[in-house]
Amino acid sequence: MTGDLTEILRIEGGQVLATLIRLTRSFDLAEDALQDATVVALQRWPLDGVPANPAGWLTTVARNKALDRIRRESVRTSKESEAMRLLGDPPVADGDDRLRLLFTCCHPALSLEARVALALRTIGGVSTVDIARMFLVAEATMGQRISRAKKKIAGAHIPYRIPSEKELPGRLDAVLATIYLIFTAAHHAPSGELDSHLDAGDEAIRLARLLVALMPDEPEARGLLALLVTTHARRVTRLDSAGDVVLLADQDRSMWDRGAIIDASSIVDSVMQRGPVGPYQIQAAIASLHSEAERYDQTNWLRIAQLYRLLEGIQPGPVVRVNRAVAEAQVSGPAAGLDLLTDIAGSDGWYLFWSTKADFLRRLGRWDEAVVTYQRALECSMNDTDRRFLESRLAGVTHRSTGTGGR
Amino acid sequence: MPKYAALIYSPAETEGMGTPEDWAKVMAEYNVFGEEAGAAGVLVGGEALHDSHTATTISVSGGKGGDTLHTDGPFAETKDVLGGFYLLECSDLDEALSWAARIPGAWHGKVEVRPCVDFTEGQ
Repeated sequence: MTGDLTEILRIEGGQVLATLIRLTRSFDLAEDALQDATVVALQRWPLDGVPANPAGWLTTVARNKALDRIRRESVRTSKESEAMRLLGDPPVADGDDRLRLLFTCCHPALSLEARVALALRTIGGVSTVDIARMFLVAEATMGQRISRAKKKIAGAHIPYRIPSEKELPGRLDAVLATIYLIFTAAHHAPSGELDSHLDAGDEAIRLARLLVALMPDEPEARGLLALLVTTHARRVTRLDSAGDVVLLADQDRSMWDRGAIIDASSIVDSVMQRGPVGPYQIQAAIASLHSEAERYDQTNWLRIAQLYRLLEGIQPGPVVRVNRAVAEAQVSGPAAGLDLLTDIAGSDGWYLFWSTKADFLRRLGRWDEAVVTYQRALECSMNDTDRRFLESRLAGVTHRSTGTGGR
Repeated sequence: MPKYAALIYSPAETEGMGTPEDWAKVMAEYNVFGEEAGAAGVLVGGEALHDSHTATTISVSGGKGGDTLHTDGPFAETKDVLGGFYLLECSDLDEALSWAARIPGAWHGKVEVRPCVDFTEGQ
């Protein structure tokens, strides 16, 4: 029961906090007041039952708690009249409050790390301890990151509003990138294993759904949601029971969440038919093609290669190039893939570049070069499961290399 | 209304370089900014600074009245030097950043925007 209540409070808290920040113009006061209201809710709800409108109930109680706090803290006298005026109106829940909060937490004047932490904390209602676990940093470090970001919002007067039409494209990118980074944190733990009862992937999908609900006409928001949903639908087969990476070709597709994959595909179909196509929509389309294939050898590589070419045209970079090379290799063979991986700037320290290149060399039977290239990949790898995979591949090609008298 | 210091930095190696024509061209750009920001009422103050080698940095050891240590040059020897600043009064950071983006130093070098402390604000 208490667990359910805590979850309700966490989910509803984002909306309540957003409204309180608008009313009080202070992150700290809003958080304190919400905390006070949460304590009351945990006492009352088990006895009285959960109110029909938990967010409205919490907002009213929290608003009164905020007033109490302002009255108590006489040092705030100079602000009191202002705060009283702001709190004087009844707290009408404004659907745009959460969008304002999202844009404020994802302001480009904040570092990406700060945005991620702030969005999870304030909108997602995730505790500092859990965010620290998701990102494998000490709780104190994460607490400091969040409090610094809040100080910057207050001190630099980062506005609490939805950006104008003119600003929107750049600002929306910052929001999308933040949600995407939360998601990838769940999929690529930098080292060791993830340990949190909350899943960063689920939290990122919640934020993406919220963004779609708040901005229903924004195709890139839908693209991001579809990308996350279809990728998340395959997560159970990404690692085996020993925690090792399982290649897409070897994953047990019967374990994928077909319902989620179909949902994501229909989002992709509906957005791709509309206007200009952005990078998240293209990535969602690619991810959906992988998810839809019932067997690896049924993957529509031709279409995937086309989509990567489209993506590279609007968002060039080493990551897109490596992925495109993988697709082109499936269509035209490993030599075609290898051709695309000569002289890519900025990929020297990136293990996926080296491991992909090594894979092409392995498939071409160029064992000696494959050995050297797998070794480069190992030098760059930061993740235990990736290292185990690369070591097993390296052992395989080393055997062939010496076996054929290569050196 | 919050105030922001827009600190204008340029690469140290370009300091004192350039022909009088280059200088006149840049000054004309700054004049445009001064007119626009002044007309909008956001420009509260600002100065251009002499080259960084004219700077003297001092520190006093052991508290007030202690020995003054003089260092010939700017506080930090970096590849970018502070060349001037504006004081802008804007409603929020977004407005301050949009004005900062119109300062010629933003394309000749970099502009750091720092909110000023408002000592009248109770905390």
